[in-house]
Amino acid sequence: MSATECTDQNNAHERDRPRHPGQRPMSIAIGTMPLRHGLTLRGYSICMRGVMWREALRFLHQRGRLISALVRPLVWLVIFAAGWREVLGVSIMPPYHTYILYSTYVVPGLLAMVQFFYGMQSSLSMVYDREMGNMRVLLVSPFPRWFLLVSRLTASTVISILQCYAFMLLAWLWGVDIPDAGWIAVLPALMLGGFMLGAMGMVLSSMVRQLENFAGVMNFVIFPMFFASSALYPLWQVQQSSPILYQACLLNPFTYAVELSRFCLYSTFNPLALAVVVGCTIVFTAGAILAYDPARGVMARRPGAMA
Amino acid sequence: MDDPGIATLTKPAADTPVAAAQAQRGEAPALAVDRVSHAYGERKALIDVSLTVPRGSFVALLGLNGAGKTTLFSLITRLFDTRHGRISVQGFDVSRQPSAALAELGVVFQARTLDLDLSVRDNLMYHAALHGMPHRQASARADAVLRDVGLPDRARDKARQLSGGQMRRIEIARALMHDPSVLVLDEPTVGLDVASKAAIVEHVRTLSRTRGVAVLWATHLLDEIEPGDHVVVLHRGKVLASGEMSDIVAAARAADLRSAFRALTGIRPAAEDDA
Repeated sequence: MSATECTDQNNAHERDRPRHPGQRPMSIAIGTMPLRHGLTLRGYSICMRGVMWREALRFLHQRGRLISALVRPLVWLVIFAAGWREVLGVSIMPPYHTYILYSTYVVPGLLAMVQFFYGMQSSLSMVYDREMGNMRVLLVSPFPRWFLLVSRLTASTVISILQCYAFMLLAWLWGVDIPDAGWIAVLPALMLGGFMLGAMGMVLSSMVRQLENFAGVMNFVIFPMFFASSALYPLWQVQQSSPILYQACLLNPFTYAVELSRFCLYSTFNPLALAVVVGCTIVFTAGAILAYDPARGVMARRPGAMA
Repeated sequence: MDDPGIATLTKPAADTPVAAAQAQRGEAPALAVDRVSHAYGERKALIDVSLTVPRGSFVALLGLNGAGKTTLFSLITRLFDTRHGRISVQGFDVSRQPSAALAELGVVFQARTLDLDLSVRDNLMYHAALHGMPHRQASARADAVLRDVGLPDRARDKARQLSGGQMRRIEIARALMHDPSVLVLDEPTVGLDVASKAAIVEHVRTLSRTRGVAVLWATHLLDEIEPGDHVVVLHRGKVLASGEMSDIVAAARAADLRSAFRALTGIRPAAEDDA
C-alpha cells in the first residue's frame, strides 16, 4: 500500500480496497519504474473496454448525434408509416401469423436503419480529417491491429444496439406491437447486424476516398441499400412490380440483416438470413483488417491521407 | 524489457560515436532507422534514410515541409510497414515485434489528436487503456503526468477549452502515460505562439535530461536547435548531414546552422513558416 498512499490522496476509497495477492506496489514517478503491461488477457480486456468507454462518452457528449439517431427512424415510423398504412396492406407472411399494420412491418427495417447509420458514421468517422488523429492514436496501441479494429466495431455495435432499444421503446409507446419475447430474442440479430454494417463501413472507409463525406455515403450507399431491401416493403410486392429490383434486393446483405431482426423479433428462426449475415460479417471484418493491415493496406499508398 | 539478444538485431549506424559506444556495451539504441526507403507509387518520399537516437539523448530531425519527416514518423509508428530497410525501437524491430516496439514508443503527432469532446483526464485514461494499463494505475499515472506538464488543475476540463500550447502539453503528457523510453514528436510547435513554443521545447529537453527519455524532435525551425544537439538534416527524402550541430556547420564551412542548411539544400530556411 505504501507506494500509492503518498501519491493519491484523492482516491481514499480506492486505497481501502484490498489488493490482489501478488500485485506489486507501484511507483508512479515518471521514469523510475517501467510500466510495461504486456499483452496479457487482462490487458486485452482493458483495451477493449477503453475503446467502448470512449465510444460511449463521445456519443453521449454529442447530443445532436443522439437525438438525430432517434428522430430519424421516428420520422419514418410516425409520418411515413402513417401515410403508407392505407396504401400498403401487409398480408399474412412469415414470421407474422396474422394481418399486421404497416407500422409493425416497418420496425425491423428501421432498427436495421438505425444500425446502418450509426455503423457507417462510426466507421467513416475514422477517415474524416477532423477525426484522423483519433485513428492514429488508436493504431499506435501495442495491441494487434485486428484486435483494435474489432474493439472499435464492438464498441459501435453496442452503442447502436442501445439506440435500437431506445427506438423500440418509443415505437412501443407509439402503439406498435412488439412481442414480449422479441425484446430479448432480437438481441443476437442486432449484434450480428450491427457488426456486419460497421465492418462494411470500415471497408468502405479504407477503399473509397470520394465517400469521405457523409452526404456521399448517404446518396451512394445508405439510401440505395435501404430502399433496395425488405426494410420498407415485403419482397413479394417488390417482385410483382419489378423483377430486377427484386433480384437486387435478394443480393443486398442489408435485406438479410432486416429479415434476421424481423424473424428474431417474433422468435422465429431464419437460417438463410443468419447464414448470409454471419458470412457477410466475416467477409467484411476480414476485409477491414486487411485494408488496415500495415503491410498491404491502402494507407501506405495514400500519401498524406493519414498525416 | 532488456533482451540480451536484441543487440544482434540492430546494427547501429557507425557514424555516431555514441551509438558505437552503445553497441560495444551491447545496448541497442533507443531508436534506429537503418537504410529506410519509402515510395508512394512513383513518388519517392524517403531514400535510404538512416539515423540513430541513442538512449536518453535529444536528436533533432531538421527538414522543410515535404522533406519526408511525416512519412518517416508513419513508418516509425507502424502506420504502414517499412518495406525497405529496418526500424527498431529499443532493439525491437517495428515490423517483426510491433507490440514490443510500440510499447516503448511515445508519439506526438503533427495533427492535433486530442478528443476535444472528452475531458483531459478521459483522454489520458483512454490512452492508458489502449496500452492495457489497469484503471487504478492509470489514474495515478494521469495525476503524475499532468503535474509533470504543469497542468494538474485542468484534468476535468474538456480538451477543447485548452489553448494550443496547453493541448500540446497534454499530448506530450499522454505520450508519456505508458512511460515510453522513446518520445517522437512531429513538428510539435507548429501553430503555437513564441512563448508556448519555447516552453514546449524547454519542457521536452528537460524530460530528456532528467528522465532519460530519448527524443526525436522533427522540426523545420532552426531556432529550436541548440549547439550541442545531434542534428539530422533531411531534405527531399534524403539525409544530407548527420552529427553534432557544430560538426555540421564546420563540415559545410558555414558560419552558422542557417547558412550550413542553405549550403546543403540550396534553400533559404528563413521562409520556413510557409515553406
